[in-house]
Amino acid sequence: MNIPEPASAPRALPDRSRGWLARSATSWETLLLLVAITIFLINMQASPYFLDPWNLSDATFNFTEKAMIAFAMAMLIVAGEIDLSVASIIALASTAMGFAVQLGAGTPVLVLVGLGVGLLCGAFNGLLVARFGLPSIVVTIGTLSLFRGIAYIVLGDQAYSGYPESFAWFGQGYVFWVITVEMVLFALVALAFGVLLHKTSFGRAVYAIGNNPTAALFSGIRVPRVKFVLFLLTGLMAGLAAVCLTSRLGSTRPSIAVGWELEVVTMVVLGGVNILGGSGTLPGVVLAAIIMGLVTFGFGLMNVPGIVMSIFVGLLLIAVIALPVLGRRLVSLRR
Amino acid sequence: MSLEPHGDEKPLLTLAGVSKSFPGVRALSSVSLSLFPGQVTALVGENGAGKSTLVKILTGIYWPEEGHLSIDGERQSFSSPHDAAQAGITAIHQETVLFDDLSVAENIFIGHAPRNRFGLIDGRAMRREAARLLERIGASLDPTARLRDLGIASKHLVAIARALSIDARVVIMDEPTAALSHKEIEELYELVETLKADGKAILFISHKFDEIFRIADRYTVFRDGEMAGSGLIAETDSSSLVTLMVGRSVESVFPAGSGHLGETVMQVTGYSHPTEFENIAFSLRRGEILGFYGLVGAGRSECMQSLFGVSRPSAGRVEIDGRELAAASPADAIARGLVYVPEDRGGQGAITGLPVVGNVALPSLGGLSKRGFIAMAREFALAREYTARLDLRAAALDQPVGQLSGGNQQKVVIAKWLATRPTVIILDEPTKGIDIGSKAAVHAFMRELADDGLAVIMVSSEIPEVLGMSDRVIVLREGRQVAEFISEAASPEALVRAAAGIDEAA
Amino acid sequence: MSGLLSRRDALLALALALLIALVAWRFPAFARPTSLGGVFTDSSILIILALGQMMVILTRCIDLSMASNLALVGMIVAMTNAALPALPVPLLVVLAIAIGATLGAVNGLLVWKVGIPPIVVTLGTLTIFRGLIFVISDGQWINAHEMSDGFKALPRLTVARVPLLAWSAIVAFAAVAVFVSRTGTGRALYAVGGNPDAAVYAGIDAGRTRCIAFVIAGALAGFAGYLWVARYAVAYVDIAGGFELDVIAACVIGGISIAGGIGTVVGALLGALFLGVIKNALPVVDVSPFWQLAISGAAIIIAVLFNARAERRPGRIILKRAEQGVTIAVPRSVQGKSVQGESA
Repeated sequence: MNIPEPASAPRALPDRSRGWLARSATSWETLLLLVAITIFLINMQASPYFLDPWNLSDATFNFTEKAMIAFAMAMLIVAGEIDLSVASIIALASTAMGFAVQLGAGTPVLVLVGLGVGLLCGAFNGLLVARFGLPSIVVTIGTLSLFRGIAYIVLGDQAYSGYPESFAWFGQGYVFWVITVEMVLFALVALAFGVLLHKTSFGRAVYAIGNNPTAALFSGIRVPRVKFVLFLLTGLMAGLAAVCLTSRLGSTRPSIAVGWELEVVTMVVLGGVNILGGSGTLPGVVLAAIIMGLVTFGFGLMNVPGIVMSIFVGLLLIAVIALPVLGRRLVSLRR
Repeated sequence: MSLEPHGDEKPLLTLAGVSKSFPGVRALSSVSLSLFPGQVTALVGENGAGKSTLVKILTGIYWPEEGHLSIDGERQSFSSPHDAAQAGITAIHQETVLFDDLSVAENIFIGHAPRNRFGLIDGRAMRREAARLLERIGASLDPTARLRDLGIASKHLVAIARALSIDARVVIMDEPTAALSHKEIEELYELVETLKADGKAILFISHKFDEIFRIADRYTVFRDGEMAGSGLIAETDSSSLVTLMVGRSVESVFPAGSGHLGETVMQVTGYSHPTEFENIAFSLRRGEILGFYGLVGAGRSECMQSLFGVSRPSAGRVEIDGRELAAASPADAIARGLVYVPEDRGGQGAITGLPVVGNVALPSLGGLSKRGFIAMAREFALAREYTARLDLRAAALDQPVGQLSGGNQQKVVIAKWLATRPTVIILDEPTKGIDIGSKAAVHAFMRELADDGLAVIMVSSEIPEVLGMSDRVIVLREGRQVAEFISEAASPEALVRAAAGIDEAA
Repeated sequence: MSGLLSRRDALLALALALLIALVAWRFPAFARPTSLGGVFTDSSILIILALGQMMVILTRCIDLSMASNLALVGMIVAMTNAALPALPVPLLVVLAIAIGATLGAVNGLLVWKVGIPPIVVTLGTLTIFRGLIFVISDGQWINAHEMSDGFKALPRLTVARVPLLAWSAIVAFAAVAVFVSRTGTGRALYAVGGNPDAAVYAGIDAGRTRCIAFVIAGALAGFAGYLWVARYAVAYVDIAGGFELDVIAACVIGGISIAGGIGTVVGALLGALFLGVIKNALPVVDVSPFWQLAISGAAIIIAVLFNARAERRPGRIILKRAEQGVTIAVPRSVQGKSVQGESA
């Protein structure tokens, strides 16, 4: 196709407006990195047990499972939706696995059951939101009750145990020295979602939808299909987390993972993802997960009860969103 | 241009030397306007002439950079729409700016409802007052009816009742009859007479000449953000108004085509929608530019969006390259080579939060990626190529599109579609709200696209553009196709008459 | 307002009646006035909270911290009562409302003045408030024997054979109904949620309206906090855990649209009662209470589907019909000649 050259010599635009260093220095991820390092140093000072490799390894358990869900949730939130039912999916998947154990299933089948239930729940959410166009926040509040409710119907206030020994490998196993299986899974999932969000056309579609669903549709993106897949992925990750958690605990109750959905959302928002959609990066969420892990571990070493820790997390969440806004206002006042 | 003195009347509201600019566009250039009590002033002009900017200044949404606004001779300064309302200026828009889930009475009195001695809203007094106001304007509406349940005509009446309730002195009506039936239009005219008798100064914006000559006393014509003329209605006629609106001669500014038309590439027959359009039929050849003209609300964009797969038609057949296209979504249309550049640039065309490269490459990502993984280098290369050819002005390819001027945003949208190598490209009001320089660039571009074998459909409300750019023009009115012209032999008047239905039995 | 009950409210009332009838068919005792009265009383706290949440949701916001607010205030008044049993209980109730309102103001100000999205704010305050319970109580419980008799007895006192707990819900309902229908700010809630741009034209300060909604919701949560600890005669960190979801469920079932601007007090009441009936009917019908969560979940999903269909807006109507007297020109190809004839 012959498009005319403009009168002056064609100027190709530069690719980037600022250099790599300038872009990195002012990014959210850099801020998070600094926060992470600071907390690390504070923890080092506060307790002599902090730097023990086995302690550090133990500490990872308190965030790896949630982080796996957070990566999928991050993509969902970037696209402008949310899934508050993830903790209930864990409960239901775990219950299904416990049920399978009673039927004599072996480890491979258990894993399939866990992941499969996660996928099914995700598909249910996806159907309601993507196909019927219902608002995800209330739909997932509904499925949050429904999924956990089904778990309660099946199990009541009992617990399943009797998982095969090989099953424990996921949540309790070590790959090498202090590196746990869960840490490896965490890294793999982080990598996979990082690539998916930042390097594929699917990821671009997610950003487009989160910024402007109408324009995205008009640009040829199959918006309902993308959203459906995102809910599937979130469900799948919840299923994976269920496998890890159940394997780690060695038993199942319908009340496991209560409140996890809020921690996962906190991790995502702390990671710099805009709750309204359209922006955010996966490395940010990785750093946020590590920060929350460090905080939990550090407070734990100082024998601070979990509930007080959550005050800190709540304050951190609000401060982290408020500070840039207040900072900008201070700057414009001074002008 | 000076206003003809009419006795020694004093204007109620005066705008003098008002200018307003936005990034890249000068929306208003030193315009003046006077509104007289008890008189209707018609404001006429094409899309993009600056009328809506003027309304926004009058209602306090924008504030001009130059010039001033006076009421009863006193300078005013509005810092919010509330101030304008306090000063007695209200507007009735095409889309009502009211609350669907509140009742008629509440809509009339929201923000200033009558209170009883406990400080609570006195519902009975409110409904009584509302009934009185409604009666005064001849509206037989139930004050307790929910606004959502009413038709657009009734909503306008509620807006007018609200204007009366805040003792508005200036009433702006922006294309109020766009969605009304004939009977409702007559009722509106009577209402305007009532308002005139009340001493209100009315600014009436309309494209419809029969209306203007029926109810207006004065006129002002805007063209390209400037005042093109004003005066008394009694001393002018529709042809003169059209000339003032259109102004410059049509041929000079537009690039001429090569004249080579290829084979028929698109065929549309009996295309209908339950509520938006009916029996649209046309064919399109390679190398051709087909213009679609009509008044605002005629259904052109709706028809194009339906072709593009955004909405579902109820009947009809669309063929591209001889094979039927049944687009269930834009993705389907794009796959067959039909692309659409929307009128709403920021809302539907470009994703303002994403960078230039992200926007330009978006529909083409399939081709740029191997097994889903994007080759970043190729993405940038694609964006670089097409933005250079369109002469895009931006700081860099990673600049967010929202920071660019209107003209450049439009270039980004066009670039993104060109990168998909389409067969048919539909451009909906492509130069709306764009500065002259970019307009010319877009026009030159369109002509080159056509000469190169693309089939182009252009929806436009600017007569010079429609006649100057297209080979043929189809006119839509109220969802129906009413005329087809060959551009070089058509006159602006003929277009306007067809679009407004001037020659039909009223 | 057209009529006392909107169409959706009427349908919900019908559904509620059917539900009760269904249970009563097999267990007639359920539908007896005393039994139904008991259900109402049991649902009172949920009703009060649902009214508060309704106001917040009307303005297109959400408050996830209501249950934590309730729990914190409950603990504070319980501890105060345990430490100073001589303090008159009505004073404690006023204290509860005041503290609740202050906590609500924290939410409201962060949303209004700092501009943080409500879901993030209330996600944060949810954990902060609950953590503070631990901090002030050091993880200890306040048990029944530590509370004064007056403190525990107040909700159970009856006036006209109706316990004060139920009266609280009735009074709250009446107060919110008047507020929402008869005050400027109350109507502004609908305006801000229904059409925020138009609200600006009407001179309404959207941020301030939202803040007020949060403050009132907080006040109601605080009030409910006293009622909860007095009724169950215990206060500890985890009370009302997860209750915020029941509250939102009640609102959704009650037809309050998450998109803002739509919803009625009657709807909130009926939604809360619906959940209350389910909860109380299950033991009667001999269904294990473990079914309750799943049933609420299903009810929410059905309600959302229903709401979505009801809220759909009609598209643009461009085509005019023949009966309006417009003659349609037959498409013609004019060779560009200026058509003769004068316009009007």
